[in-house]
Amino acid sequence: MSHALDKYFIPEPSKFPIFGSVALLLFGTGAVGWLNKISAGPVLFFLGLALLIYMMFGWFGTVVRESESGKYNKQVDRSFRWSMGWFIFSEVMFFAAFFGALFYARVLSVPWLGSGETEAQIWQGFEAAWPTDGPNPHADGFTPMGAWGIPALNTLILLTSGVTLTWAHHGLLKNNRGQLKTGLLLTILLGAIFMGFQIYEYIHAHADLNLRMSSGIYGSTFYLLTGFHGLHVTIGAIMLLVMYFRSRAGHFTPESHFAFEAAAWYWHFVDVVWLGLFVVVYWL
Amino acid sequence: MAAVTPEHVDHHHDHHGPTGLMRWITTTNHKDIGTMYLIFSFVMFLAGGVMALTIRAELFQPGLQVVAPEFFNQLTTLHGLVMVFGAIMPAFVGFANWQIPLMIGASDMAFARMNNWSFWLLPPAALLLIGSFFVPGGATAAGWTLYPPLSIQMGMGMDMAIFAVHIMGISSIMGAINIVVTVLNMRAPGMNMMKLPLFAWTWLITAYLLIAVMPVLAGAVTMLLTDRHFGTSFFSAVGGGDPVLYQHIFWFFGHPEVYIMILPAFGIVSAIIPTFARKPLFGYASMVYATASIAILSFMVWAHHMFTTGMPTVGQLYFMYVTMLIAVPTGVKVFNWIATMWRGSMTFETPMLWSVGFIFVFTMGGFTGLICAIAPVDIQIHDTYYIVAHFHYVLVAGSLFALFAGAYYWLPKWTGRMPDERIGKVHFWASLIFFNITFFPMHFLGLAGMPRRVPDYALQFADFNMMASVGAFGFGLSQLIFLWVVIKAASGGGEKAGARAWESAEGLEWTVPSPAPHHTFEEPPVVK
Amino acid sequence: MSLSGRLAVPGLLTLVAASEASAQARYNLQEPVTSVASQIYDLHTLMMLICLVIFIAVFGVMFWSIYAHRKSKGATAAHFHENTMVEVLWTVIPVFILVGMAWPATKTIIDMRDSTESDITIKATGYQWKWGYDYVVGEGEGISFVSTLSTPRDQIENREAKGRDYLLEVDNPMVVPVGKKVRMLLAANDVIHAWWVPALGIKQDAVPGFIRDAWFRADKEGVYRGVCAELCGRDHAYMPIVVHVVSERAYADWVAAQQATTVADAGAAAGEQTATDASASDAAPAEEADASPEALAARGEKVYAANCVACHQAGGTGMPPAFPPLAGADVVTGDAGALLDVLLKGRPGTAMASFAHLSDADLAGLATHLRTSWGNSADAVAPEDVAARRGN
Ligand code: HEA
Ligand code: HEA
Ligand code: CUA
Ligand SMILES: [Cu+2]
Repeated sequence: MSHALDKYFIPEPSKFPIFGSVALLLFGTGAVGWLNKISAGPVLFFLGLALLIYMMFGWFGTVVRESESGKYNKQVDRSFRWSMGWFIFSEVMFFAAFFGALFYARVLSVPWLGSGETEAQIWQGFEAAWPTDGPNPHADGFTPMGAWGIPALNTLILLTSGVTLTWAHHGLLKNNRGQLKTGLLLTILLGAIFMGFQIYEYIHAHADLNLRMSSGIYGSTFYLLTGFHGLHVTIGAIMLLVMYFRSRAGHFTPESHFAFEAAAWYWHFVDVVWLGLFVVVYWL
Repeated sequence: MAAVTPEHVDHHHDHHGPTGLMRWITTTNHKDIGTMYLIFSFVMFLAGGVMALTIRAELFQPGLQVVAPEFFNQLTTLHGLVMVFGAIMPAFVGFANWQIPLMIGASDMAFARMNNWSFWLLPPAALLLIGSFFVPGGATAAGWTLYPPLSIQMGMGMDMAIFAVHIMGISSIMGAINIVVTVLNMRAPGMNMMKLPLFAWTWLITAYLLIAVMPVLAGAVTMLLTDRHFGTSFFSAVGGGDPVLYQHIFWFFGHPEVYIMILPAFGIVSAIIPTFARKPLFGYASMVYATASIAILSFMVWAHHMFTTGMPTVGQLYFMYVTMLIAVPTGVKVFNWIATMWRGSMTFETPMLWSVGFIFVFTMGGFTGLICAIAPVDIQIHDTYYIVAHFHYVLVAGSLFALFAGAYYWLPKWTGRMPDERIGKVHFWASLIFFNITFFPMHFLGLAGMPRRVPDYALQFADFNMMASVGAFGFGLSQLIFLWVVIKAASGGGEKAGARAWESAEGLEWTVPSPAPHHTFEEPPVVK
Repeated sequence: MSLSGRLAVPGLLTLVAASEASAQARYNLQEPVTSVASQIYDLHTLMMLICLVIFIAVFGVMFWSIYAHRKSKGATAAHFHENTMVEVLWTVIPVFILVGMAWPATKTIIDMRDSTESDITIKATGYQWKWGYDYVVGEGEGISFVSTLSTPRDQIENREAKGRDYLLEVDNPMVVPVGKKVRMLLAANDVIHAWWVPALGIKQDAVPGFIRDAWFRADKEGVYRGVCAELCGRDHAYMPIVVHVVSERAYADWVAAQQATTVADAGAAAGEQTATDASASDAAPAEEADASPEALAARGEKVYAANCVACHQAGGTGMPPAFPPLAGADVVTGDAGALLDVLLKGRPGTAMASFAHLSDADLAGLATHLRTSWGNSADAVAPEDVAARRGN
């Protein structure tokens, strides 16, 4: 095995990618069908989803085995680092689109709707103020989500989870497996509490605040930003869960544990996005 | 997974693994994947071309003859989408796959398995796109830019396009990450960044553009999807949104996107001209800086596509100024190529013809771009055939001509046979002439007032349209010549190519035999 | 605009047609008739020339070296590959050229965006696929009409020879006085359209939910033609714009005629047998005022031909699945209120747009026509029904 290490690891032909492609094809067709009320839609959608999950298990499982059997050298490790970094950057840009939409609405388009000829000719009497569900005469109004209740608490929870995760990392570096596992568990737990609060908050928004996706631009940006963030928290938590099980299985050494670090990077990214959200969606 | 064990045993004897179709489906080899990308993109080019020819057939004469207006709009939309996302972009990725590892002395791409997935995501996306023609309501007919509220009115074909864009986005992002990591991390010892072939440089920068803007496009179409089906009002004033918001997000992607389709072309041409001028590339460092400047500027100019939306005056001024600035780094590139030819010892084999043709005709497209950038003038020519002329000059005579240049140049490395010079030259001259017959009159049409995306037009535009349509059929047929050249070389016809197929070609790819063996540089070469 | 209005103007229009500045430009921008349009024209010429000079210089060098530095001519390659001096020069000189280009362009932009101190304000509203005009401020205030393509289907479908102004002609042109600053407000009802008249130097998108503005001051009388310049769906190619620029006197006459017919139209819509104004007296008003089902259906037939036939077809057969048939359709023959709702509000998410901009009489006629044609036999709809339905 030792001589493999001075060579870059090139995997054998693999059947996982094609599974992934078929999965996404089914997923996409299914989603289209579902949205257009074709009965086969949901079936294809879930079939695609299941296949995708199967593919991920298989693919990541293979990578884990390759890693554990020592096939990856330092150069491969560097590749993983670069790629994870740029992947997170692409995620940042995805969120940037939605933050940009929010910025545009708040700073530009809503004031335009409430001023000048646009106001005089079309939306008489519309007061441009944030939050708003727009000049829609048929809207039945909503109450915006306050910042200082659950959202502030959630900020605290996520920030704490960042600390516990770093604590777990320190444990790994010191080869203190107990600290690693406890830290991971705590982080996942905090993530779960966060998600629990988010779900509670959504229910509250629907039931008490009359705040929905259809509540104009405020509802649109609120739900898509927090929704995609929530999705990313879930993914991050699953990644951490995998790391937890891998730690239990004795994976990772103080020298080589990039998978753990990647999950941690991702978690911190999700954290930072939340801070942005907290400031511009809830607070200001 | 236990399935890998049997292959594992004979790992050292047989690198090929599965055979037949399974070989292509499961391959992790950058050359196989590159080949698949190239074939896929050519098929898409023919598909998009058939749509273009139908468009041109309808526009041959005023009045409605061939297709109904609704279907015409579907054709225009899908022609744009298929050419951009199906033909040009994958073709460049195919080149990257084949050439970058060979050029930098790497054994393969950094993530070979992911590379396979990047490719195999494209056929599903293409199926969704082309398949949308056959669903109730047909394909989306909102233009390749998919502007709401028109795109909100569309039927399920629009949803298929949205998911196709998502899938192609995933593919592009993974492909781009792969290229970034390969270039940064897989170079042979001694190959420092300022020795990197320009093709690798331009692709590195292109890959950054892709990583930065594909997610933004994904965001834009996601908002379309939720506006269509989940009651959000991003693009609806009634709920406080704004249709123009979509245009901002789209063009924040869209403008860098057009450079995504031209920067690798610059790289290809920068490889070919020194070879046939027998002289090193002039101003290597300034080429790198110019490419980077174009990329950076490309994020700052998007609203030049929106001069008529009624943005504030300062916005118009700002976007006009910054857009004009792009002429400077692009000019640097053009001047560098010409300085490379200056006092060289030039020959004009097919790749060189295409490259010189590229510079000449692309620059015309660049100049018309500059004229579009002058906001008051754009008020007159926006959404007319002048724009159609502009972007076909940069996309067809730019990107596509450079792709042909590169294909002729590296064909010996891919197939082991020299391309047929005589036929290749016929292909070039026929393309150049028919290209100009097709697209040059469109400048006049646009100036005189013919709008784009119309199946029918006023009588004073009749002659030039007829000319363009004749040209388009000529151009289309000329492309079959290329098919013939490739098939001939790939099936072992023509003169055998040596390792260094062109007399003074420089670079690591010319140190391995032609055709390049399945595995190259397993032991990294050392670059002095 | 009503039928009588259409008949009231022809005298005026023949005058205008004589000075027709029809778009015969074929290689270049159309002949400008406003100061902004001529600034644009000159800017374009200037840019073209600068680009042409650079192009010739740059490619002169390239073709010279292609000619002179060929291997076949025995050229041997030099080995230089850098020269800081020229590299700096060819970076800096273009910057100066660009500044020279940007300067006049900036002045034009500032000029074209200044829509203050206008004499007349007209709101143009884009519909799928026609333009509505409302004279909002200034002489003619209150005039309001819809302008639709008047080229017959037979010409489009090649069953008839195409006229000179094929696709560039409308039933009711917009009319403005010469020499006055006209401010255009642009609005849209359904999707984005763009109001473009090349000779006037205006192209402005009309964005639903927003009002955009632009202005022009035409220096010359004449008929100026333009088109919708933003893809807006199936009939994007078929929503032209025609602007008649007329003398101040002719404009005043036109305004008077319009205002008279607007009054008559309103009266007709209310179902009253109003005595019509003398200035618009001809055969039309009698028909206008007649609210019998037959007259309504006859009126509706014209409305149908102008607005609906492209999708729903002459025989009411539609083009399924996109455009449903109307013959024998339940929506058409069932509850009149439901039918009016569709006409007034459209069907969101489909190509069926709202036709609320049509008058009550037009819509009543249309509904009656639909309910009594192609074998349909439901009862007629009166303008009052439409008026009542508009509320909800
Ligand atoms: C490969 C693709 C590509 C490339 C490279 C470019 C390059 C440029 N484009 Fe183009 N463009 C498109 C693809 C591309 N474009 C597409 C697809 C559209 C339409 C999209 C749609 O609406 O569907 C479009 C539309 C478009 C518009 C919007 C028009 C409209 O809709 O109203 C504008 C406006 O500014 C523009 C400008 C430019 C400019 C300034 C450049 C510059 O980069 C050009 C720079 C090059 C040169 C100038 C020539 C070389 C320079 C010299 C020799 C130096 C000396 C020169 C001077 C000092 C003058 N383009
Ligand atoms: C990216 C690259 C790209 C390429 C390569 C092309 C190539 C061509 N394009 Fe186009 N085009 C776009 C990108 C591109 N285009 C975009 C982005 C738009 C805007 C869309 C929009 O408005 O939304 C557009 C729009 C566009 C229009 C305007 C449509 C409209 O406004 O309604 C027209 C009209 O002439 C046109 C023509 C052509 C022609 C004749 C070619 C030719 O070069 C094509 C030549 C190729 C062929 C003809 C194929 C050859 C094959 C055969 C002849 C054999 C057939 C074989 C088999 C079936 C096996 N294109
Ligand atoms: Cu209205 Cu195009
Ligand atoms: Cu652009």
